[in-house]
Amino acid sequence: MDLSYSDEQRLLGESANNLLAARAQKPGATDLWKEMADMGWLALPLPESDGGLGQGIVDVAIVTEAMGRHRARSNYVAGVVLAGGLIAALGNDAQRAALLPSLADGSMRLALAHAEEGARYALAHVATSAKKSGAGWVLDGKKIAVLGGDVADRLIVSARISGASRDADGIGLFVVARDAKGVTVEGHATVDGAGAARVTLAGAEVGAETLLSDNAFAAIQHAYDRATAAFCSELVGLMEAATKATIEYTKIRIQFGKPLAVNQTLRHRMADMSIACEEARSMALRAALHADDEDARSRGRAIAGAWAKVSRAARFVAEQAIQLHGGMGVTNELEIGGYLKRVVALDAILGGPDLHLRRHAALTTLAA
Amino acid sequence: MDLTFTAEERAFRDEVRAFLNEKLTPDLKRSHHLTPSVFSDPPVGNRWQKILHARGWAAPLWPKEYGGTGWSLARRYIWEIESAAAGAPSVTPMGLRMVGPVIMKFGTQAQKDFYLPRICNAEDYWCQGYSEPGSGSDLASLKTRAVRDGDHYVINGSKIWTTHAHHANRMFALVRTSDEPKKQDGISFILIDMKTPGISVRPILTIGGDHETNQVFFDDVRVPVENRVGAEGQGWATGKYLLEFERGGAMTSGRLRAILADIEKLASTYRDGEKPYAATETFALRRSQAEIDIDALEMTELRIMSSLQSGQNPGSVSSSLAKLRNSEIKQSLTALAVDALGQDGLYWEGHRPLYEMNAEPGIPEEALTALPEYLNSRAYTIFGGTSEVQRDIIAKVVIGM
Repeated sequence: MDLSYSDEQRLLGESANNLLAARAQKPGATDLWKEMADMGWLALPLPESDGGLGQGIVDVAIVTEAMGRHRARSNYVAGVVLAGGLIAALGNDAQRAALLPSLADGSMRLALAHAEEGARYALAHVATSAKKSGAGWVLDGKKIAVLGGDVADRLIVSARISGASRDADGIGLFVVARDAKGVTVEGHATVDGAGAARVTLAGAEVGAETLLSDNAFAAIQHAYDRATAAFCSELVGLMEAATKATIEYTKIRIQFGKPLAVNQTLRHRMADMSIACEEARSMALRAALHADDEDARSRGRAIAGAWAKVSRAARFVAEQAIQLHGGMGVTNELEIGGYLKRVVALDAILGGPDLHLRRHAALTTLAA
Repeated sequence: MDLTFTAEERAFRDEVRAFLNEKLTPDLKRSHHLTPSVFSDPPVGNRWQKILHARGWAAPLWPKEYGGTGWSLARRYIWEIESAAAGAPSVTPMGLRMVGPVIMKFGTQAQKDFYLPRICNAEDYWCQGYSEPGSGSDLASLKTRAVRDGDHYVINGSKIWTTHAHHANRMFALVRTSDEPKKQDGISFILIDMKTPGISVRPILTIGGDHETNQVFFDDVRVPVENRVGAEGQGWATGKYLLEFERGGAMTSGRLRAILADIEKLASTYRDGEKPYAATETFALRRSQAEIDIDALEMTELRIMSSLQSGQNPGSVSSSLAKLRNSEIKQSLTALAVDALGQDGLYWEGHRPLYEMNAEPGIPEEALTALPEYLNSRAYTIFGGTSEVQRDIIAKVVIGM
């Protein structure tokens, strides 16, 4: 047992914070992808044999924490941990060689097309179908909330090869080019500015070599658990930044002839925000340290518990940050509302705290 | 960065389990389980501490030079988790966790040599003389006065909420040795022998029906000047240093986890129609929320402790935060236990101690403590500085004004 960061990890955190702080000074600078590639962040969790750096979620979480702190609008986790992670876990040698080095160096962008209407957050819910056709497959269905799908070159599409629409067994994963015949990608803006897409597959014909796995549920679940851990850390950085900005604001905002920060009601609110930050930091670290547990149930409990705690805490902090900024907090003239937008986006992506509390309880009952 | 145990740490865990298996008798476990007060009953806690001391394990948080174990973070964690899970009594914090570290930091060599071994081996039992009838959250307004008379201080006044004063042979106290413009100045930290003439103790019964706390009166009580710890008038800093240990710097989450496991067992013995209450969704969600809260506190405590050397003070924000969360979780657990009882939550058993009751209780024995524990646990967010005071402390640091 050892709870200290290595020197390399501390340096990673410093460089991530420095770069993102500098970029935050230049709003309008759009895509960080190239810089993230140059910094090695895209390669971070990918296997060394595939052009990656072979690091764990603890390291990814160091980067995402800095992203949260500086409100980097990015689909980093979706591209690298979800899509990249699934290719690393499931791909054969040819698939890994074709995709991962280009993901790591930033020349190819990937997105996971998994969520569907009506799925809510059941990861086994896949109604999109994959039917054998000659040597290849035909894909039919609709995908929503494809994070980074608006700019992705390739989509990792889940489609059902066998079974009913919520069966864990029979879910295939395919690597599909965005311009493949029968594939329509409709990019759309997202509340947090990161961007996503809706994808329609209408008789999309893909070759046999596009099949990553014909039974991918366990890997999808694991990839989401890893991504959730990374998102927990992003929220920690976000919460700390929102709390800090709020404290600074209440110290300079004069009402009734004195700074807002002298009022005990507000002081206790900011104490609660700080406590929420500490609890979230603890749970995010715990999630990262459990993100690769082999036992899916114990991993799931750690991850669901962390998200239940962190996303609730983040919502509290982001809402109170606006509240304590008063009317200005509700405007686009201040940056403070951006924190809440990211919290809202992540809850939409992963499901909110109540859902994850339920998942935790369900996994606990399973054990008993 | 790694949460897993090394082979050496696993071997230590086996050693701890073997020890607990051998030394933690069913009688000790039952006495602990049937104690609804905030602290262990002194006879029970002391019995256990003497067993620990014989093994050299009485002071897991102390450095080796003072008789502590000098354990690594992992070993302290394993010890707390395993002894709590096994149902071991807690030992009184007043000596080991409170006055001990103060004597180590501020005491003279003579004070260290005399007091520390007696704390470790449970020869002395300490109580805390901080609060007064007129000084609760505003501790610095305390009025108990110590007037110098030759080699002695003559103490007059009263302390309140003095846990186990009726059992303790020593008290550490904050007393006013001079009047200064700033009320925090002029306070001294002093060690008092409870057998000194002029001390009287009045019991105060809690809403849970337990005699745990007292009011203590001082009527011309003569205490040697050599019993003062630190310089005269500098007691406030000493007293605050102690409070950091009272509030934080320990691994309290292991106990909470053990309590949650007990509640789950309790909820399994009660039924809701055909199924155990534990199997209902209402219970499952509350149980999960409690576990998640405990997970977060445990990780926070591990983070705090991993940054400290043994014996070092945890710092004001960390200790306030740990105290706040521990007290709130503890209260929610006691409420969950009462909820599990259903209509048995009406049943009142006034006999104390519960582990020495002769008559058969009207509800299952393991259900007896839930209600008094719930009531007594309201004290958690009040003693050691109220939750509101903890938030004041945190706010002062994070806001910086």
